Amino acid sequence: MTSSSTTAEPERSGTILSRFNNSRNALGIIFMLPAAIFLIGFLTYPLGLGVWLGFTDTRIGRAGDFIGLENYAYLMDDQVFWLSVFNTVVYTVIASILKFVLGLWLALILNEKLPYKSFFRAIVLLPWVVPTVLSALAFWWIYDAQFSILSWSLMKLGLIDTPINFLGDPLNARLSVIAANVWRGIPFVAISLLAGLQTIPVSLQEAASLDGATPWKRFRYVTLPMLTPIIAVVMTFSVLFTFTDFQLIYVLTKGGPVNATHLMATLSFQRGIPGGQLGEGAAIAVSMIPFLLAAILFSFFGLQRRKWQQGGQD
Amino acid sequence: MAPVEFVKVRKSFGATPIIKGVDIDIADGEFVILVGPSGCGKSTLLRMLAGLENITAGEIRIGGRVVNKMPPKERDIAMVFQNYALYPHMTVAENMGFSLLMNGIPKSGIEAKVRPAAEILGLTNLLDRYPRQLSGGQRQRVAMGRAIVRNPQVFLFDEPLSNLDAKLRVQMRVEIKELHQRLKTTTVYVTHDQIEAMTMADKIVVMHDGIVEQVGAPLDLYDRPNNLFVAGFIGSPAMNMIDGTISPSDPKVFLTGDGTALPLAKPVDAANGKALVYGLRPEHVRFDPNGIPATVVVTEPTGAETLVIARLGGSDLTLVFHERILVNPGDTLRIAINEAAVHVFDRATGQRL
Ligand SMILES: Nc1ncnc2c1ncn2[C@@H]1O[C@H](COP(=O)(O)OP(=O)(O)O)[C@@H](O)[C@H]1O
Ligand SMILES: [Mg+2]
Repeated sequence: MTSSSTTAEPERSGTILSRFNNSRNALGIIFMLPAAIFLIGFLTYPLGLGVWLGFTDTRIGRAGDFIGLENYAYLMDDQVFWLSVFNTVVYTVIASILKFVLGLWLALILNEKLPYKSFFRAIVLLPWVVPTVLSALAFWWIYDAQFSILSWSLMKLGLIDTPINFLGDPLNARLSVIAANVWRGIPFVAISLLAGLQTIPVSLQEAASLDGATPWKRFRYVTLPMLTPIIAVVMTFSVLFTFTDFQLIYVLTKGGPVNATHLMATLSFQRGIPGGQLGEGAAIAVSMIPFLLAAILFSFFGLQRRKWQQGGQD
Repeated sequence: MAPVEFVKVRKSFGATPIIKGVDIDIADGEFVILVGPSGCGKSTLLRMLAGLENITAGEIRIGGRVVNKMPPKERDIAMVFQNYALYPHMTVAENMGFSLLMNGIPKSGIEAKVRPAAEILGLTNLLDRYPRQLSGGQRQRVAMGRAIVRNPQVFLFDEPLSNLDAKLRVQMRVEIKELHQRLKTTTVYVTHDQIEAMTMADKIVVMHDGIVEQVGAPLDLYDRPNNLFVAGFIGSPAMNMIDGTISPSDPKVFLTGDGTALPLAKPVDAANGKALVYGLRPEHVRFDPNGIPATVVVTEPTGAETLVIARLGGSDLTLVFHERILVNPGDTLRIAINEAAVHVFDRATGQRL
């Protein structure tokens, strides 16, 4: 041992290169550089550009000038913008609640001992693996004013006389796009919560049933509290996805009728690209950031390791 | 408190029989230990008693009532799981009071029951901690506390000490036994460790491969094992088993494979040449200058006693001497056998003759 360490000594304090090799900090920076460049180049630049555009009057084909908060001031008085904010909030809140309740329910069912369990689990994932545009087109057909299979079935059953105007009536259109979004979003919630349920040891459920808990109380006092950390993650993602939803609306209603289903994302696109007002479109998109930030902060505090998850002594 | 009876109980998982007809009577207030090697069905039997597994055939009675179809929460049973199964999101106090909460007892009533139980188990200072913040031994105590606050008809323990270190295990053994003497609740305790069984039980049930091999008080099993399995399982170091036959000329002499003659207390009635086993506990030998010669292979002095592995009659025997002896490997040791304590078993059936 001693002899080997003495022979290694001169080598270590030798060339600049070998000293560099031994410096943890320098190596750390070198190893992180590619990731840092990637992060700045591909994530921050587009975001920064978007924010910048929001402060300009850029149009398609014409570089804009800095106009300060003019775009935002204009949006403040824009009824359609406020309608899209309202729509987005309603859409997100209702769809997220439905996705949570139905997803949790489905996860609980799939967690039971079922015959053909893996088959059902695969089926549940289907709405999620189908490309959004494809499922949106399918819903477009399902909601068709004349050929809707829903209307047809209800008429055959004698429950209604005329086809339902799914996408033509403001209220119906809102409910329809929410239903489509829920259908698409349930698998993510259900499968994630199912994974969470499977981390809860069976012996806890057994202990609770010996302790006299009914199935409902087992859910209320054991399953649900142990699932909350995962619920917080899953629902944060679900809210972010729903709030920024674009494809479904764009295929089904393009924001109509009379802007009743315009979300902030679709309005931003419409003003920015077909409408050519890039600056204004960017400003609408930037207005989504405070909402998204709020959702992330909410989950950040919700996600903080709970007291019972912390290890070690106090 | 209640007696527990298993009557011809069977259990199969799918087509595989796991419990193959078990009869056990457990008296009110008795401390019974189910012991047997891993995989013999002890936990399964205990879980059937708790209502966590259904019963394929037979009957289980608690306090005279058949409970085959009764859900766990109605059986008034408390169980300590091997992994303790503490609720991680509840404090020690909440864990201990959970069953009371489930049974609709008001907060003040829960507090009044949790306090004394915590005192008995030395948990008073830990009531606000979460399970994560406890050591293994403390978690074990909380699991027991959760069981005792309910004052149930029956306590079930499934290998409660197997996750503890050796020293703590000895200490908890004493505490569990004291607890039983204080509460006098019928207890069914599962372990694979025969020392735990011997030191704690009023009655031991030795299980093997889904059947009960023998039921009895610890020393009864030690002194009169019914068969080779019980003889080999109970006792540490284990009983020496030497293959051989009865001498054709003298029914009080056992001949080992290499022709060494070993003494028997009384004549054994066995057909000529029938394969038998000579069972000798390590401590049932003493020095005797005129005794049978054995060659020392290894000595293991432990202080209180000396363990000697010696070659005799073609097999290696473990011998225990209470005096300190100085022998070296290769030495010849002359021993006399306490033939009154010897057991002879039928090799084919395993039964004691
Ligand atoms: N749920 C189950 N499904 C199938 N086999 C099982 C199940 N539970 C236990 N077994 C089998 O039953 C046998 C006895 O198990 P167990 O009662 O846990 O043994 P022990 O507690 O005595 O070690 C083992 O062979 C085990 O593989
Ligand atoms: Mg077991």
